[in-house]
Amino acid sequence: MNKFVSRIYNGIIKENPTFVLMLGMCPTLATTTSAINGVSMGLSTTVVLILSNMVISAMRKIIPDKVRIPAFIVIVASFVTMVQLLIKGFLPSLDSALGLYIPLIVVNCIILGRAESCASKCGVLESAGDGIGMGLGFTVALTCIGLVREILGAGSAFGFQFVPETFHISIFVLAPGAFFVLGCLQAVLNKTRISKPAAGCGSSMACGGNCAECAGAVRAANHGKLDEIKAEAEAKAAAEKAARAKAAAEAKAAKAAAEAKKSE
Amino acid sequence: MFVQLLLVIISTALVNNVVLSQFLGLCPFLGVSKKTDMAAGMGAAVIFVIVIASAVANLIQNLLLVPQGIDYLQTIVFILVIAGLVQFVEMFLKKAMPALYESLGVYLPLITTNCAVLGVAINNTADYPVGADYTVLTSLIFSVVSGLGIAVGFTIAIVLLASIREKIEYNDFPEAFKGSPIVLITAGLMAIAMFGFSGLV
Repeated sequence: MNKFVSRIYNGIIKENPTFVLMLGMCPTLATTTSAINGVSMGLSTTVVLILSNMVISAMRKIIPDKVRIPAFIVIVASFVTMVQLLIKGFLPSLDSALGLYIPLIVVNCIILGRAESCASKCGVLESAGDGIGMGLGFTVALTCIGLVREILGAGSAFGFQFVPETFHISIFVLAPGAFFVLGCLQAVLNKTRISKPAAGCGSSMACGGNCAECAGAVRAANHGKLDEIKAEAEAKAAAEKAARAKAAAEAKAAKAAAEAKKSE
Repeated sequence: MFVQLLLVIISTALVNNVVLSQFLGLCPFLGVSKKTDMAAGMGAAVIFVIVIASAVANLIQNLLLVPQGIDYLQTIVFILVIAGLVQFVEMFLKKAMPALYESLGVYLPLITTNCAVLGVAINNTADYPVGADYTVLTSLIFSVVSGLGIAVGFTIAIVLLASIREKIEYNDFPEAFKGSPIVLITAGLMAIAMFGFSGLV
């Protein structure tokens, strides 16, 4: 049970998928035109995440290692189709608001990422906790962004209007506003994080200890840098060894020469 | 029809830019835009895959899913077909065109998780359904052309962002904005600039 709770905490605060891991950017920016849309997108993703995590974790010993990614995709896609049809049937207004982004939950990197890093290794209960935590973390982040955009752009919160129309900054509801709000929220988080550097990965690393950004191509570049540093250190060690061997050989030669002189 | 196709290209590439106004394919847009040449490579790979994928997805939708009445399986079928297609394209390029593979190879596996590919495939089937307006052939042509326009729009956006980011490296801005925040702000400004094209079509 303890593992279950710690997984939830981990998902919401420590490894928040949007603000810390930077995963699933497309729905984060596209569906947060209002707080309600953000909540519904977050909850749909959470449902898919919990169910697919549990099923994948239950089947982890049956699925062969080589075909695990396609198998995961099929499981996730089935749940997404179920959620899509349910939303279409019971909440048609939500379906028209979220539209294309419901089927696109399949390619949300959070879901495959959790399947790969957690559900394929842990038990069913722990995976469910991880799904709940990650899903709620995603929902919280989407709601925050949606709320900021709705207040600034439409002068309302959760549909309740309190600012007259003259003072609306409509650009925040449009596409550019999404980029601005997410950028500023991340800058605020960076500000709080700069004062206390991330524990566990010292700044002596090639990446400068910025784990939040260490993903995808950046991670590949960082690993390239690490390899370079390693190769350099090896080359240096080899050069030192060679120099020492050379010095030793010279000393030996000098000694031999001196002995030869003595014997003369 | 030629004029219509030209309008489709302009509207998908510039007016409704796939990244900056529809938010598809943001992960590579933010992740692989550090250097201009890498961005151009990614853009070329995306053009290649999206054009092929939209043709294949359109044929599957019109010749298999709709006649059989199983179009509710669209999401599952499309994602598997795209994942398989990317693998196949990678193997084919490795064997047949090693030079092209050298320049695109690294980016191809990354494209499977690019939501632009799946998004375009699903969008096209909704926009150009076979029926009163489109036959199987014209639906295919329009899908491929709009796929091409969308991919070109993606390439334009990612190359522009990469060249701006190369300049930003030397600028002086608050410490807290270093890394992804400044990239997001830049993308926001680019999205405002893209509004200049609205009303063109």
